[in-house]
This record gives sequence, C-alpha cells and structure tokens, in this order.
Amino acid sequence: MTKPVQILAIDDEQIILDSIVKLCSSEGWTVDTAENAETGLEKIRKHSYALIISDIMMPGMDGFELLDTLRDMEVVTPVIITTGYSTVENAVRSLYNGAIDFLPKPFTVDELISSVSRGIRYHEIQQTLHHEDHDEVLFVPCPAKYNRLGYNSWALVTEDGSVRVGVVDLFLRTVQTVESIELLQPEDELIQGNSCAEIHTDDGKVHPFLAPLSGRIVETNADIGQTPTLLEKDPYFKGWVYTIIPADLNYEFKMLIPCTAEI
Amino acid sequence: MFQRIGFKLIAGVGLAVIVIVSTFAYFNIKEQEKLLISEIERHVNQESELIKSSAKDAMLANNRESIYNMVQTIGHQPCIRTVRIMNESGEIVYSSDTTEIGTQLDKKAQACYTCHATGVPLQKLPIAKRTRIFRLHPDSSRTFGVINPIYNEPSCWNSDCHIHPQEQKVLGVLDLTVCLKPVDMKVAEVEMQLTLFALISIISLSLVLWLMVRSVVDKRIKKLVVATREVAGGNLGYNIQDMGNDELGMLARSFNKMTQKLSEARQQLFQSDKMASLGRLAAGVAHEINNPMTGILTYASFLQKRTKDQPEFQEDLAVIVRETKRSREIVKSLLDFARQSVPKKVQANIRQIIDMALKVTESQLALKKIKIEKDLAPDLPKLTVDINQMQQVFTNLIVNASHAIGDEGGVITIQTKLISLRPFGVAKINQALCPKGHNLMDHETKIDGLPSIQMAVKIGQETGFVNLDAIYGRNHNLYSFDVPDNMHLELACPKCSISLIDKKKTCPKCGAPVYFFEVPGKGRFEGCSARNCNWQFWETIEGEGAKDYVQIKVSDTGCGIPKENFRKIFEPFYTTKGQKGTGLGLAVIWGIIDNHNGTISVSSTVGEGTAFTIRIPVDAR
Repeated sequence: MTKPVQILAIDDEQIILDSIVKLCSSEGWTVDTAENAETGLEKIRKHSYALIISDIMMPGMDGFELLDTLRDMEVVTPVIITTGYSTVENAVRSLYNGAIDFLPKPFTVDELISSVSRGIRYHEIQQTLHHEDHDEVLFVPCPAKYNRLGYNSWALVTEDGSVRVGVVDLFLRTVQTVESIELLQPEDELIQGNSCAEIHTDDGKVHPFLAPLSGRIVETNADIGQTPTLLEKDPYFKGWVYTIIPADLNYEFKMLIPCTAEI
Repeated sequence: MFQRIGFKLIAGVGLAVIVIVSTFAYFNIKEQEKLLISEIERHVNQESELIKSSAKDAMLANNRESIYNMVQTIGHQPCIRTVRIMNESGEIVYSSDTTEIGTQLDKKAQACYTCHATGVPLQKLPIAKRTRIFRLHPDSSRTFGVINPIYNEPSCWNSDCHIHPQEQKVLGVLDLTVCLKPVDMKVAEVEMQLTLFALISIISLSLVLWLMVRSVVDKRIKKLVVATREVAGGNLGYNIQDMGNDELGMLARSFNKMTQKLSEARQQLFQSDKMASLGRLAAGVAHEINNPMTGILTYASFLQKRTKDQPEFQEDLAVIVRETKRSREIVKSLLDFARQSVPKKVQANIRQIIDMALKVTESQLALKKIKIEKDLAPDLPKLTVDINQMQQVFTNLIVNASHAIGDEGGVITIQTKLISLRPFGVAKINQALCPKGHNLMDHETKIDGLPSIQMAVKIGQETGFVNLDAIYGRNHNLYSFDVPDNMHLELACPKCSISLIDKKKTCPKCGAPVYFFEVPGKGRFEGCSARNCNWQFWETIEGEGAKDYVQIKVSDTGCGIPKENFRKIFEPFYTTKGQKGTGLGLAVIWGIIDNHNGTISVSSTVGEGTAFTIRIPVDAR
C-alpha cells in the first residue's frame, strides 16, 4: 500500500484504544484515537479516515448518535460498532443505523483483524465506485424484494412463509476467496444478528455470517457446503445458505433494509 | 354499637314483635271487655227484672213503705250504685239515694235520652239500647246503668187504687246502675299481662338472636376481619380455618383461594422483578467486565500469535485465550438468560468436557480434601453439545458437590456410561395440541422442572385442571383439586372446551375412558383418564424403539437434600446457600440440559449424599 490507512478508534476505555492501536499496527494500519464521540467528530471533520471503530456506551454522545450525526454530515466512512453491552438488539440496531459491522467485546486478534480488513476493503470499493471510472462490475447488488441486514446477509420471504437467507455479494467482495463454510444443521435456531455460519477464506481469516432473522433452520444448502465458490458465483439464487421458519418475522423485519439499487 | 349487624337485627325483630303483640293485645282486650260487658249487661238486666218483679206485689198493694225498704236494701249492696224508680212524668219516686226522691229528671238527661230523643217517647227498646256506661265524675270509675220500663198490665188498671188508666203503656222506669270497677280491674290486669308477655317475648327473642348472631355471624366475621387485616398487612400466607358449608364458610374458602392466588401473583411479580433487576445488573456487569476482558483477550491472543515459534508459551496462552472466551460466553449467556439462548452445538467428546471442568475446579477440590473418582466408559459416542454450556454444567455440579461435602473431605464420583432406554418413562412431550389446534402446554405449572400439559376437568359443578407430566409414562400429574382415584374424568381443552376423550376407546388396563392429544410431528398421544392408572401410549415414539443415551452421574458424599426439596431445586432462585448463592446454578443447568433434549434427575439421602443423573440422547442436536 502506498499510503498508510488511517483508522479512527473511539472508546472511553484506554485499554480498548491501546489494544486496537497495537493489533492494527501489527497489520500495518495506522490508528488515531479519540476518547469520546465529540472529539472523534472533530477529528473526522478535519481528516478523512478510511474506517471508524466506535463504542456504543460512552459519556456524552453515544455510538448511535454518532452514526446519526455522520449520516447527517454525509460522511460515508464505514463504521464498525463495538460494545461490551453486546446484546442482539444493539447489534441489529447498529447495522440498521448504518454501521457496516458489529464486533462484540471482548474480541480476539483474529476477530478484530478480520472485521477491520473487511472495513478497509469496503472503503476501497466505495472509493472506486465514487471517484474512478470503472468498467468492471465491482459487486452484484441484491435484487429487489430482498431485504438485507447491514451489508452482511439477505433474507427473502417465500410464498409458503418460509424465509431463505444468504450472503450479500458486497460482503463477499470484502473478503478473500472463500475456502469453506461451516454451517449449522436443520432444526438449529438462528438469532437475528448472531453469527450463524463461519466463512473461511484463503488468507486464513474467518468471517461471520450474521443471521438476518431469527428462526429455525428447515433446510441447509448442501451445495455450498460442497462447493463454497458457489457462494461467490451466485450469491442471491443458487448460493443461498439456509431456509428457515422465522420466529418473529413482523417484529424483526423492521430492522432489515429493503434492497434497492444502492448496494 | 348501633352499626353492628346484631343490634340492627335485634332492633328490627323487636319492632316487629312490638307491632304484633300490641295488635294482638288490642284486639284481645277489646274482645275480653266486650265479653265482660255483655255478661254484666245480662246480669244487671236480670237483677233489674228481679227487682221489678219483687216490687210488683208491693206496688199493686201500693205498699210504698215496703218498696222503699227494698230499694234501700238493694241499693246498699256492694257495687250497686243506685236503684231508682221514676214515674212516667220523670219524677223519682223511689231511690236508694234518699236525697233524690221527689226530684224531677230532665228528659234530656242521659238515662232518659234514648227513649225521649223524639217527641213521642218510645215504649219498647231492645236491651242493648237500654244500657249505658258513664262516669259520675271524670275521674271516678265507670258505671253501668240499665233502665227497665215498668209496663201497664191488667192487674194495674184492675187494681183497687185505679191510679193508672188502661190506655197508659208505660207506668214508669226502673233505673239500676252498678259500678264497673271489677271489670275495669280485670281489663287492666289483662293489659298488664299482655304487656308483660310482649316484654318477655322481645327480651327472649333478642337474647336468642343475639346469641345466634354472636355464634353464627359475629365470631366468624371477626375471623374474616382478622384475616383481611393480616392480608392487608402483607401476610398472604394467612389461611382461615374451615368455617363449615354455609355462606360465610364459602366466603372464607373463596377468601383463602383469593389470598393463595394473590400470593402466587406476588411471587411471580417478585420473580419477574428479580429477573428484571438481574437483567439490569447483568447488562451493567457485561459492559464493565467486557472492557477489561477485551484487554486480556486481545493481548493474550496477540501474544499467542507472536509466539507461534515458542511452543513453551503456546499451551499456557491457549488456556488464557480459551478461558477468557469462556468468560465471554458466560457473560453473554447471562445477558441472554431471559432470551433462553440457543446452544452452539458441535460434536464433542463428553470425557474431554468433564476433564476440562475438573481442571478448572481442581485447586478448589484439593483445598477441601475432596477426592475425585472417575468411572468413565472408554468408547462413548460423540455427543452434539455446546461445549461451553456443558462444561458449565459439570463445573457447577462439581462445585455444588464440594459445597455439600463441606470442609470435612469426601469423595465425588463421576460415572459415564452408554445406556439404551425404551421411550416409556423417558421420552418428553414438547408440544401438545387439542383437536382444534390449541396449545395445551402450560409453562407456568412445571412438573419436575418441565412445562406440563394442561387439561380442564369437570366434576359435578366444579371445574379444575389436570396438569399431565410431560415425560411419557411417568405420570407425576398434578390435580388442581381432589379427584377420587377411580373416577372417569371428563377432560377437555382449557381454551375451547372441546372434549379430549376418545369415545371409541377404553383403557386396555382398567377400562376407563382414554384421553388423547396431538404432538405435532410426533403423532397422537393417548392415556388413561383414571387417576390411579398409569397407562399411556405414544405410537410414533414406541415405533422408534429404544434409544441410546449417554448417562453421566455426578455423586457426592455430602449432606444430601431432603426429599421434599427435590421439586424445588431446579427452580430459579431456589438456594440453600443464603447470601452465598444466587439460586440460579441448577436452574441454568436444567435449562442447558433441556436445550440438549436431555434429562436431569436427582436422588439423595440426607447425611449420605446426592447424585445427579444426566442423560443426553446420542443423536440429539
């Protein structure tokens, strides 16, 4: 990389900032820190970062307010939300409010690095999209009638009331080549916003597939278990992951974003 | 005093008695007086006739001296006031009162008025018209008078004196008056008696009523008042003793039922309150503890990554990373406790999980001089379990066992083996539907920790509930009221009241009616409706035959658990450790085992020890 990637970490706990700085530096990324959202916002105004990592619960402005303010400011920098109060509601709400990822504390080196690397890659794709003329198709947007959780997973309600879930193409573009996928079994339960499959890529990283809705698995796509590349080839049709019976569709569906041409 | 039921009742009844008795007395006295007066009337009339006929001869002989003497004699009889004879012109000719003799009476005077009211005097009068009652002075006793006309007779105009011409009809009048004092006294006496009677009846009735009210109403109402005060004061466990079968008894029973329901509701509220504050606490703890844990986890995992080429650090760092991850899962499950978090199940070797749990508790056990005896079967099939959760189960069980043993030292035995069980007495009903599709599962009423199947039952006028044990064939059923053993019960869906009795079938064991319901995806479930019969039949599950389970038994030589507490130990917040425990340990264990479709049971002898037996199906996910 020609210029060092700049990450801004916002957290009121010094140990978290220290950890992020230390771990990211080991990967060659440079990290700026802020101890609260207000200071963070000031830095964002002055400097253009590639990625923001923010806590939710902070004195003064919290993580959700930060997300709102960034949207109002039309700052497109991707945000990863990380919190010690790692409930499902918080995770889903962050993703709905525009965060690209949710990282529950405490996290390991691998979890942080895989998340940050996806964020950086996301930013790169965004940059290409906005500033350069490009001929190649960067990613396939999720089709109409589909709904997505953040930019991670999609859900499609079928005629019989069951729901098909899968991985959003943009998410796959932020990771390296998929090597294998670790799936749950039929009868297992999904919880919205919780990881329900692990995607292993050829760079040794593990990426979570977050369940877009809660429910019970009735069918697992055996094809993607055998040929994981199918996921990348046809993410919205043949590359589906599970068919589930949703547990609380009406309530949870509100937290999903309808797929439009945006992404 | 005036507000009390007893007084009001007595006042009402007293008033009624006064009205009844005085009406009765009024008419009775009236009648008595009338009777007495008519008797007097007859008597005085007779007397007057007697005087008239006695005087007749003397009159005919014109023996005035004799008549005068007779009138005087009779006139001085006790109770005879006056005897007087008047001639037709109203002059008193003879009188017991000598001062009157010769005086002229006014024809308008009371004694004369009856006949002389009109111009021409009447000559004949019925006896009633000839009598009168009057008072000489307003304060003297009453006087009864009768006038007796002396008619002209042939002997009169034929007599020697020829004073009276033949045409004259009435020659004079005999007026006899007697005093009514004895009669009045008699009437007064009767009045007195009746008043006394009225008083006695009012007093005795009041007394009886008062005693009745006191024993039947007052005392029992006092009990009810005491009970309501107790309940108002917060003692919801207060029970009114049986008060019999009348209305107050019913009130007492329904009062007891109400307090029982209230106390259950309060318990529930208390529980959910406890849950809510536990949730808040957990959230706070999670937030605070996760920050330092992030420090540990990131630095440890970073160190682990950096020291890949130094195997001597790798193992220790792996333990730190693994245990921190486990702490993370514990905090997370604390947060998800209310949400009934779903286990992350993988294929695992139960032996390894037990070893991990032992490693964590090792130092604690050594300190308490507790020996571990392992009797682990070598080739157990792998189980599909959540490793963290299962490790938590065994850690908790071992820690509990060490607490039960205390500081004296003892032995904890962990035994595993593969068993094969017929479904009868083992298989669990997770869902139950009535023919109309209503859910029969009752998550409020738990039997041995499991939600039960609720059915409505009707006996006579009373309706209640039967809660069936969710374990096929175990029949630890609960009845909401007393049900005789052999009774054929009319069971129905509590939501839509559709009958759950199969009319075409009878119990092959005792002949009683058979109830049924649908277990979604697992066919029809049938059972005998009689309380003392344990026949049940679950065709689909029976068809699957015996199943393999891994049985893990953790037993200790500790203080044991009294049998009456067996049911309670798996309930949340049940603790015997006082401030030391949260009471969540066994509830969490139960939840985890249940999530794995397994069962946990306890057997214990006080003073000898306790054994927890966990069975996890081999093919469970």
